[in-house]
Amino acid sequence: MEHVTQHSEPHYDQEASKLGMWLFIFTELLLFGGLFIVYSIYRFLNPVAFEMAGHELNMTIGAINTIILLVSSMTIAMSTSALQKKDKKLTVYLLVITIILAIVFLINKYFEWGVKFDHGIWPGSEHLINDMGKGEILFFGLYFVMTGLHALHIIIGMIVIIVALNKVQKGTVNADRPSLLENAGLYWHLVDLIWIFLFPLFYLIH
Amino acid sequence: MQTAVQIPHDVSYLDYKGKYRGIFSWIFSTDHKRIGLLYMYSMMSLFLVGVMLGLAMKLELIAPGRTIMGPQAYNAVFTVHGVIMIFMIVIPGLPAVFGNFMLPIMIGAKDVAFPKLNLLSWYIYVLGALLVISSVLFGNGIPDTGWTFYAPYSFKTGTNLLPAIFGAFVLGFSSILTGLNFIVTIHRMRCPGMTWFKMPLFPWTLYGTAWIQLLATPVVGITLVLVALERIFGIGVFDPALGGDPILYQHLFWIYSHPAVYVMILPAMGAISEIIPTFSQKHIFGYKAIIASTLAIAFVGYFVWGHHMFTSGMSGTAQYTFSILTFIVAIPSAIKVFNWISTMHQGSINPDIPFLWAVTFIFVFMIGGFSGLVLGALATNVYVHDTAFVVAHFHFIVFGGVGFAFFGAIHYWFPKMFGRMYDKVWAKVGWAFFTIGFLTLYSPMFYLGMMGMPRRYYDYLPEFHAANILSTLGSWVMTFGLLIIIINLFRSARNGAIAPMNPWNGKTLEWTVPSPPPVENFDEVPVYGEKDGPYEY
Amino acid sequence: MEKEKHHIVPYKVYFFILIALITLTFMSIGITKINVGEYSVLGALIFSTIKSVLVLTWFMHLKFDQPFLRYMVSFVALVFFVVIFITFLDYYFR
Repeated sequence: MEHVTQHSEPHYDQEASKLGMWLFIFTELLLFGGLFIVYSIYRFLNPVAFEMAGHELNMTIGAINTIILLVSSMTIAMSTSALQKKDKKLTVYLLVITIILAIVFLINKYFEWGVKFDHGIWPGSEHLINDMGKGEILFFGLYFVMTGLHALHIIIGMIVIIVALNKVQKGTVNADRPSLLENAGLYWHLVDLIWIFLFPLFYLIH
Repeated sequence: MQTAVQIPHDVSYLDYKGKYRGIFSWIFSTDHKRIGLLYMYSMMSLFLVGVMLGLAMKLELIAPGRTIMGPQAYNAVFTVHGVIMIFMIVIPGLPAVFGNFMLPIMIGAKDVAFPKLNLLSWYIYVLGALLVISSVLFGNGIPDTGWTFYAPYSFKTGTNLLPAIFGAFVLGFSSILTGLNFIVTIHRMRCPGMTWFKMPLFPWTLYGTAWIQLLATPVVGITLVLVALERIFGIGVFDPALGGDPILYQHLFWIYSHPAVYVMILPAMGAISEIIPTFSQKHIFGYKAIIASTLAIAFVGYFVWGHHMFTSGMSGTAQYTFSILTFIVAIPSAIKVFNWISTMHQGSINPDIPFLWAVTFIFVFMIGGFSGLVLGALATNVYVHDTAFVVAHFHFIVFGGVGFAFFGAIHYWFPKMFGRMYDKVWAKVGWAFFTIGFLTLYSPMFYLGMMGMPRRYYDYLPEFHAANILSTLGSWVMTFGLLIIIINLFRSARNGAIAPMNPWNGKTLEWTVPSPPPVENFDEVPVYGEKDGPYEY
Repeated sequence: MEKEKHHIVPYKVYFFILIALITLTFMSIGITKINVGEYSVLGALIFSTIKSVLVLTWFMHLKFDQPFLRYMVSFVALVFFVVIFITFLDYYFR
């Protein structure tokens, strides 16, 4: 068995970083996956109640939010190409748009939930428990938990993107060391992926 | 960008003086070897707490009726015992201690892929443990649901469940990050020439385990979150009054907790797969078959969870599907046992301490495994479910499996880790008392379960008295053995004879570095040639 | 240390994928007007699956990455679906 001399340089392995991020994404998929299991069982057991409850949600806002996230996925994907092309200005510009779109999504969510609260619908509310059937209670319980957990991930994603943006501006994230931005992008696409499933399952039940 | 710090190659990781001094040089260290030891010391402390809770239960059960505690206290004791032993000891188990310490060395690397994340994993572990302990010390009462937190009681109980649930969630995060780190390490940091099929078997089991940690743990994470939300808001997911199904809780819980037992046992089997070839001075029999079995167990193990739920009210279709899959998952484990025995056949056996542990591992693991077949068959399961039989089964297979493998591993790798050899006479005495005590403690429970003694009860019918006395005596003998083992190791770490680089004539890479290893493990990166490989005797 | 050849995806590829995604979104809204009974869930899931494959393949770069990542993603999806399937074996046959 031979030996080679060891290089002692700071350890930067882009592929390792990417693999690590994908593995983390798998855990997030299974985290939401658990909730999708719960949803699928209860929808199977309460098809009519779920449909009725689904009508209470505003399809238009849901669709707008879907489009918003899809566009933001495009902008952050484009930003990774821009970084590779060493176009720092465009990279920053695209990231700013992504962040703004995320904020709009959250504002929409805030109003959506606000409308529900005004109607007396929130987890464990009297109106929910006393006046609605069991299937509807489950629907709204799942609605708040799943969109709430998703919104939490939007916030986390925004923070990650802001950190990446900051480092792009400083130059520490660049075409030779793009991992942080690429991984931020992966995380953001994950958030988009989850919504791609949430939207039809909650807003498009007919 | 930082410049690389020149780390001397002739200073052991124990003696190395870096940026920090004293205790901080340990708790701020990103050296995988020190992190492995940090896990070991914290786990050992928690283990002793868990052992005392177990002894308390056995003392209560030494006679029918109330002995030292009433039913509420007993429920709390078995709950905390389970939470500590499962989430803080056997799940982190061998990966946290020996995976951290040995994996990089065994694949020719100087550390794991993400050393800072590794340290963070330990911090998260400690935080989770503290959260669970806080549920015991503060609040309205010690959790009494059992470590399984079954709905609906888990959202109805007045005891202090939220910190315990939150603690378990946090501990899960630690497990996930360790798994993530190990997968990337194994993919990216094997030394030149070490192809996948030249990697030793312990890293292979760590790899399979890491995937389970990654994919299964989040499911219990979200389930515990749902229980917490049920307690706080009453969302209804598990509450029949609001339309929920408590059996769905059981599904979600066991979708993690069954694969979790493979997290526990696969690295244990990996350690045995290292010990046996070394102490038979022979190449492992069926290297690829063992790898295939490892991956098969990891994969099929995802789909058998319902065997914990046969009497819950599941459909018949689900029942027999889970039963068939359970029998299938037993096959790869059997293959491993055959391969271990075949390795020993016509080998040059060195019956030293690690080998003794490995052989008794196989013995108790098989008893645990066979009893698992009884539980996996529907008709017999109905009879022994929720009895002492189940308690015997999982202690044989989990404590017997992980415990014996852990002791085998620590006696195998101790000279490498500390540069000293332990006293072998005391080690043998400890092993003997532990094994005899273990068998005496748990074997009567098979009988008691078949005779109808329920589990998780602080009391029992008078006809179960004699067997219970025997069992409790066994717990004292076992604990005595445990103390001998631990004290021997502690003393030998300081005063034992200086150990050579390769005391057992092992053929894997850890035996080519000094005992104890320098900080960056290797002076020069090893390169595997055509003819090189693990277990080449 | 190897340096992988880094493929830079043109902006307009991302734009076209977005158009496809938006189209599929409108289509998924559109089919809610058609009554397909119990297959409505399946229809919704099919659209979502196609959209996610687009996001995974192009936005998340799987098409241009090393194949083992694709295998891992498929493996995870497989495990998840088998778990759901087996869970349904309980509820469907009660």
